[in-house]
Amino acid sequence: MDSPGIVIAFYMMAGLVLGSGTLVFLARNLLHALAFLVISFLSMAGLFLTLSADFIAMAQILIYAGSISVLMVFAVMLTPLASRDNGNTIYVLPGLLAAGGIATFVGFLALDTSWSGPATDFTTTIDLIGNLLLGKYVLAFEIASVLLLFALVGAIMLVQTSSSDHEEGEGG
Amino acid sequence: MSSDTRPATPMSRQIAEHRSLLDRALGLPKFILVVLSVALIGFVICQILIGYLVVSGQLDGKWYDVRDFGNAMVSLTDAINRSQMDSRIVSTLTYLIPALLGATGIVSVVGGWLLIGPWAERRLLAKFQIRQGPNRTGPFGLLQSLADALKLMQKEIIIPRGADRFLYFVPPIAVFIPAILGWAPIPWSPKMSYADLDVGVLFVIAISSLGVLAVFMAGWASNNHYSLLGAMRTIAMMISYEIPISVSLLAVVLLTGSTKLSEIVMWQSEQGVWLIMLIPFAALAFLFASTAEINRTPNDIGEAESEIVAGFYTEYSGMKAGLFMAVELGNAILVGALMSTFFLGGYTFFGLETWIPGYLILATKIGLVYFLFVWIRATLPRFRLDQLMGFAWKFLIPVSIVLMFLTAIESSILVRWDVPSFLSLGLIALVNITAAVGLTFVWMRVLFRDNDLSAPPTPILTRKMGGLQAAKVLRG
Amino acid sequence: MTEIYELIFEIGLMHYLIVSGSVFGLGTAIALGKRSAIAVLMGIELMLNGSILALLAFSRFPQNTSGDAGLVDGHVFVVFILSVAAAEAAVALALSVLVYRKRETVDLDRINLMRW
Repeated sequence: MDSPGIVIAFYMMAGLVLGSGTLVFLARNLLHALAFLVISFLSMAGLFLTLSADFIAMAQILIYAGSISVLMVFAVMLTPLASRDNGNTIYVLPGLLAAGGIATFVGFLALDTSWSGPATDFTTTIDLIGNLLLGKYVLAFEIASVLLLFALVGAIMLVQTSSSDHEEGEGG
Repeated sequence: MSSDTRPATPMSRQIAEHRSLLDRALGLPKFILVVLSVALIGFVICQILIGYLVVSGQLDGKWYDVRDFGNAMVSLTDAINRSQMDSRIVSTLTYLIPALLGATGIVSVVGGWLLIGPWAERRLLAKFQIRQGPNRTGPFGLLQSLADALKLMQKEIIIPRGADRFLYFVPPIAVFIPAILGWAPIPWSPKMSYADLDVGVLFVIAISSLGVLAVFMAGWASNNHYSLLGAMRTIAMMISYEIPISVSLLAVVLLTGSTKLSEIVMWQSEQGVWLIMLIPFAALAFLFASTAEINRTPNDIGEAESEIVAGFYTEYSGMKAGLFMAVELGNAILVGALMSTFFLGGYTFFGLETWIPGYLILATKIGLVYFLFVWIRATLPRFRLDQLMGFAWKFLIPVSIVLMFLTAIESSILVRWDVPSFLSLGLIALVNITAAVGLTFVWMRVLFRDNDLSAPPTPILTRKMGGLQAAKVLRG
Repeated sequence: MTEIYELIFEIGLMHYLIVSGSVFGLGTAIALGKRSAIAVLMGIELMLNGSILALLAFSRFPQNTSGDAGLVDGHVFVVFILSVAAAEAAVALALSVLVYRKRETVDLDRINLMRW
């Protein structure tokens, strides 16, 4: 993976991810942090594209930047009197230490092992993913769909208020 | 003509003295007519020569084969590969030069449309409303878009007090990005698509879900309750109609067996059928849901002219608001291109694409879909927000999913059955149309069985009821 | 010298793992150190993204010591991660809205009593 395009793209995307991730931490406003989070999601999708994971990159844009971010936006909307400043708790220093420890640990592990090179016959993934999803991992697939159903029904039932008995006329 | 039979008003005089286009064309000076006829004869001769070249196969694949600009690009990359430069420079250039040229092409197509699009839409709307559109600025009003752009550019940019600086300046740019990115996988000719992704369909769906965030940022950063309300309405509409788009495209992928847009167009060309004839409900659902995604009538409740001022871009002035309006127009032809690629056969026309360049055929189809959009805007009223949401969640999504199941069954039978394609495709079309019509009728009966539409309630005058105070007491 | 050149200009598994670890660490810092529940959720999503990157990197650079893993098993696992992340975000945000209705705040320092 040494063609100049991939190298430039990797460093750009990695810089964007780490930069916007840091800005999520440092932003002074919750909605600014959300905007930087969206930028980090889109840059992660770019990183996935350098890994030839085209299906996952599109799924990342669709799910993370397209749906989960909108969910968070709505949550911020529906909590108007909560503090919108991106403040830190008193556990921020231990948190930073733990985070630094994890990152350093993974970094040393990555630098110290001798990894083998890239797979040479890596082609398009969507056919293979489909075959595996409905072949080897069909049980997990079905359980994941049931889980999504549970989450959907649960989220709706959680936020329903009990006294909603106004009638709405059908205008269609 | 005596004076009492002469029409009175200027407009009626104009109608009475109206000469047809043929009359006006034949009334031009003789010199111009001679030049035009010579040009026409020359054009026909050139077409005959080109036709001979096409038929004898001498034109295929040459770099001057204008039917497909991809040929020139392939020749260019071959020349770069054959040159004796360093391999890294060669690989960079073979990637970079087609990318830059293609990007220039896409931006010029979209930009060119933004120059004539507003003029075309307003003249067309005026034709529907029996009036003339812009005809003052330049001949036939052709410079109207330029005048609009200049007017918007010289306006003072007023930033509302308390507006969030960072989130205020981003949306006009962020909303333009999906409108340009969506053009990437669309094939204009067999070798001419900017980025023929293997997951093109998923790319289209993902890009259409990026516009939501820009709308929210615009509404939020304006520090205006009404902007926020308009943004929330628009966002609710956009995320509700993403699902019918995905389900319709899923039906397309099931039938054609590929998520690559060029293979979808190839499938339609090989089977000799357009997907709108096979899965008409999916095509119409895609069309309707796309008008909701791009905030166009009949789903433009967010920013229509008589609605909540201007919706989420109320507080934007000058070219920022101009960008929002431009993006609405650019999205309209993007939806036209997607509709043409998925359901109307793309750049093919049952074999005509060996004579006429594919991109011209695609441009014609885009124009037809855009004409349909303007027609709908001129004639139909718009939906109220609760009607919109009810339509999406209660009707479009269930019926689309059921018909997609039907399409899945049909496509698996189509793969296994060894019948001439005319028979099997005709059967599929018949079954789909019957199922769509039947399911629509049945479902509407089920949804609206409580509505008594035979005798609409007559309004009772407040005076009869005893006045507003009495009405309040009655209502309790 | 050539080793440094290769380190910088040839992207290998190591680079992706370093980025993945850093993103995971950033997510942990945000999840552990922020006061608003929604900000904590943002950190959790970043952590999940970091692990997704590691999975995809290992799928692209297979180490092939045990012979049964195919080419895209990592991608399939990532599909499940995406769906679980979406479900978890939906439920977590619904819960935070509920908590807000009760306590008028989503500040995690104040939501520390099971009563009142």
